[in-house]
Amino acid sequence: MIAAATVQDTPHAGVVEVVRAILAEIVDPEIPAISIVDLGIVRAVTIVGRTLEVEILPTFIGCPALDLIRATVFERLEPLRTDPATGIDQVLVAISFAEPWTAARISERGRDALTASGFAPPDDDPQLVQIGRPAACPFCGSRRTVVENAFGPTRCRSINYCTECRQPFEQFKAG
Amino acid sequence: MTTTRTVRAGGTGAGVPPGLEPATAELLLALADDDFVLGFADSEWTGIAPHLEEDVAMSSLAQDELGHANAYYALLAGLTDGDPDQIAYDRPAEAFRHSRLVDHGRGDWARTMTRRWLYDTANAIRLEALAHSSWRPLAELVVKVRREEAYHLVHGEAWLERLAQVEGEPRRRVLEALELVGPDAPSVLAPLPMEALLLDAGIQPVPGAELRDQWAARIAPVLEALELALPEPDPAALDPGRARSGHGPAFSALWTEFESVRGLDREATW
Repeated sequence: MIAAATVQDTPHAGVVEVVRAILAEIVDPEIPAISIVDLGIVRAVTIVGRTLEVEILPTFIGCPALDLIRATVFERLEPLRTDPATGIDQVLVAISFAEPWTAARISERGRDALTASGFAPPDDDPQLVQIGRPAACPFCGSRRTVVENAFGPTRCRSINYCTECRQPFEQFKAG
Repeated sequence: MTTTRTVRAGGTGAGVPPGLEPATAELLLALADDDFVLGFADSEWTGIAPHLEEDVAMSSLAQDELGHANAYYALLAGLTDGDPDQIAYDRPAEAFRHSRLVDHGRGDWARTMTRRWLYDTANAIRLEALAHSSWRPLAELVVKVRREEAYHLVHGEAWLERLAQVEGEPRRRVLEALELVGPDAPSVLAPLPMEALLLDAGIQPVPGAELRDQWAARIAPVLEALELALPEPDPAALDPGRARSGHGPAFSALWTEFESVRGLDREATW
């Protein structure tokens, strides 16, 4: 989900589309099955004058992958700066808290990608931090699951157990 | 010219009315130092928590706190044209403005959990108010911080209940922890020296004294159900001039530890 892409004072409106396509190829370093666009952490792509700015919403504030994501976005977009056809001479990657990242920002394709790689996607409710609400098991689909630990191997993952198919699994937390 | 530094949309120091920078900096430093010092203290449990799940949980909690501190330091850096890492790691110990509650060493597991619960509940009350700060960059950040802190509250309360309800050693240790850190608990919400300015500008929407009443009402039912009582506050914990200064030996040791790597080479980057 990318909101509010705006192009001002530049004849190169197509650049925003190019940027979106590049961002859609960048994967989450901790869960490479999902792109940062499908994860919903790209809030906005803005071109003002000759400056391209990408706003990133952290899933969790202390996420150690954030620096890597920011650096990767910068590296992939940087070549646009040296291509005179883009009209871009500055690339900024900003970490933003203008709105909280929530599970509702994960795209349908992102949710499918999480499930396919063994992660239960969070429930699609932007208002609530989900604690103790049973996740759907990514293997058998059952809701007869329990949270074993609200804290998992990374800040955005909890550890769960399915009492139906007896598989441990992780849930991507709502944030 | 090109940068990957954290540049927040709108500029970090934007919107603080002229003249209010020092008071706002004081607020940010209190928020940041509380989380930073608590995060470091709790990170000491990594590898030695009572069981594996708690190893993971405490590491996550500590990581959250350090992340929150980093975000507050980044706001502060924008306000003072400074650098978040320098603010965190290049200050003498006496320049830290964390509260007396956080100044205690982590102690045993019961003390860590009791202190966490006292801190998390007080911090939640403070953040609830700051989510309505007139300074948007702070209000926006706090909205996100609160969502994460919800997990901390559930974790801390579950442990306090578990320990306090088992007669014998677990309950005895909770009582000892309350006795030691309880008198300092209100220090988290003690009015800051420049509070009046922050209140006038709406940067801090609710006075510390009122927050403290809200907090007391919030924790009373839990304490009552567990037949626990918070000791009388230490006068220093209520005093704007003393609630966040005059740190003890536990913090000296912690400061020496977290500053040591940075101290090897202050110019190093990675």
